[in-house]
Amino acid sequence: MADIINFTIDGKECMAEKGIFILQAAKENDIYIPSLCNYEGVKPQGSCRICSIKTNGQFVTACTTPVADGMEIENNTDEINDMRKSIIELLFVEGNHFCPACEMSGDCELQALAYRFQMMVPRFIYQFPLREIDARHPKILKDQNRCIRCKRCIRTIKDEKGRSVFAFYGRGKNIEVNVDPVLGSKLTDKLAAKAIEVCPVGSILPREKGFRTPIGQRKFDHEPIGSEYKH
Amino acid sequence: MSKKITIEPVTRVEGHGKVTVHMDDNNNVIQTRLHIVEFRGFERFIQGRPYWEAPVLVQRLCGICPVSHHLAAAKAMDVIVGAGTGDGLTPVAEKMRRLMHYGQIFQSHVLHFFHLVSPDLLFGINADPAIRNIIGVAMEHKELAVQGVMMRKFGQEIIKATAGKKIHGTGAIPGGINKNLSIEERDHFLKGEDPLNVDKMIEWSLGAIEFFKNYQSENSELIDNMAAFPSNHLSLVRKDGAMDLYHGVIRAVDANGKKILHDVDPQDYLDYIGEEVKSWTYMKFPFLIEYGKEKGWYRVGPLARLNTIDFIPSPLAQKEFETYKSYTKGKPNNMSMHTHWARLIEVLHAAEMMKVLLNDSDLQKNNLETKGNKVYEGVGMLEAPRGTLFHHYRINDQDLIEMANLIVSTTNNNTPMNKAVEMVAKEQMNGHAIITEPMMNAVEVAIRAYDPCLSCATHALGKMPLEISLYNKNNQLIDRKRK
Repeated sequence: MADIINFTIDGKECMAEKGIFILQAAKENDIYIPSLCNYEGVKPQGSCRICSIKTNGQFVTACTTPVADGMEIENNTDEINDMRKSIIELLFVEGNHFCPACEMSGDCELQALAYRFQMMVPRFIYQFPLREIDARHPKILKDQNRCIRCKRCIRTIKDEKGRSVFAFYGRGKNIEVNVDPVLGSKLTDKLAAKAIEVCPVGSILPREKGFRTPIGQRKFDHEPIGSEYKH
Repeated sequence: MSKKITIEPVTRVEGHGKVTVHMDDNNNVIQTRLHIVEFRGFERFIQGRPYWEAPVLVQRLCGICPVSHHLAAAKAMDVIVGAGTGDGLTPVAEKMRRLMHYGQIFQSHVLHFFHLVSPDLLFGINADPAIRNIIGVAMEHKELAVQGVMMRKFGQEIIKATAGKKIHGTGAIPGGINKNLSIEERDHFLKGEDPLNVDKMIEWSLGAIEFFKNYQSENSELIDNMAAFPSNHLSLVRKDGAMDLYHGVIRAVDANGKKILHDVDPQDYLDYIGEEVKSWTYMKFPFLIEYGKEKGWYRVGPLARLNTIDFIPSPLAQKEFETYKSYTKGKPNNMSMHTHWARLIEVLHAAEMMKVLLNDSDLQKNNLETKGNKVYEGVGMLEAPRGTLFHHYRINDQDLIEMANLIVSTTNNNTPMNKAVEMVAKEQMNGHAIITEPMMNAVEVAIRAYDPCLSCATHALGKMPLEISLYNKNNQLIDRKRK
């Protein structure tokens, strides 16, 4: 039988199996910690920092830090929430996220987080980078304007030999996630659908399927992201 | 010493424009121009986007009649996905779109008449501008103001039920629609609590027409003569000559009613319509190629539509149409201010059509989409509240848009609006050195008859202020008034 440990999140007494990550432990205690680059079933990497919490006065990412016995975790505080909001704002100004015409509007996790954290005007300057759509693939479109480089697709979409179909290309601020030309040519319908599903924004799109879900039936039309949690 | 008067901003119309009036040494008007001073450029930044994004993206060029742009783009995309031009959609898709469109026509026309124009009619062109506005109407004519607000609400609710949102929805997709109408939604409009049901909308539409007819009979000199001038008229008509605001063929008649464009296919519009660019405005000047830039300009919108069609396929509006036509003894109506009359007849027609559609069980069917062989170019046309709308797109073999050409209603009316401004400026300002508020408003009243959406016309953003400046012949500013 697994060891059960005790810890607190914002003063609330919690229990979880020893060794699991804080994000998971919070979930099992019905507490919401926002996340973006994390995808269930895939090894976490802690790159987006949205799930940052504070313990022992230190910021750590909840998706990559194991919960420990007696741990006192700060989650839903003004300081942490403002830091999360600033990360969301950074993501918005770094790319070209024009929600009004985006077919993922209402289903987009980044947009949903922006609503949840009440982003109005970003405190940072819009970069308006020049990026394009890669529409060469017969099954999917890759809109580089909206990519947040979370690597969910790179980590999830793999061929039968475990090789990633998506990969980084370029360096620094010009880095892009692209479809591997060789592996991409063998992308099955099932994997293409999975790639669209794992993308948290509108960067990997199906061809000729946009706007099929009516307003009112989209994922975040009625409740903010994280509303399924009690706390 | 000659002068130049500038009216800026123009108020109670959509967008931002200004009017300049040049006067000679004897204070006689020698030239007027309506300048559209904003620019947006949707035609450019839609390039490189996937074609199925166009109906949702381009509708953002307007907040008053986005449905018109949404549907015109969707119709062009119907062609591209091989769903045909108008009759290729499934019944539920076509009828949902029509319902959306008639809701749009209804709410936009109501907004225009009740909110923007009725202050001029109720209080007079010379009234204090502090009273001559929709708040003044609400204070002095509460019943009329309430009707205007509730009728607009009804139209907006129809749009929400069909497009998902009252403004900037997503209902139409290439080759179809993304939802049908539930029984609950249908009954909300058919049997809704008074006054929000379609029968009350028809009753109030008839009342609005009566209001205007009475006003016209008491003020016929103003309504019949202000900015009245002969012109060509263009619109879509159904193949049998009936009014059809959603789909049809292009017809134009001259000032005497002679057909000068014989029911041509919208896909061929480039063979018949040219556009001229002038250096002093961002808005282009469309014209019929066969008749040239000087003689080929035309009017669009309610006045033009009632001049091109043969009949209206809804009984109450047809009856009003017959009365309207009898006023000009069956000849085309060239009186700009009669546009309001024509507009209200269309309000009634839209209400009747909404009732017909709401009672059609096709709206509850589930076959929402159809597709055929893809082509790389398509034109979508419809009659928006303010007039004929052209959307033309070409895509590449990766499904990305590489060319877009939009000729919107107000652009089509560019020359007529300039004519109207010139006529009113001459009538009001000839012999006067000083600009008064009533003079400025008279110019605006003529512009408002066309219900222009200046922001749409240049795909621009902003409010619609008006400034009039007075210049001498050396182009020195003598006087300027802003509002």
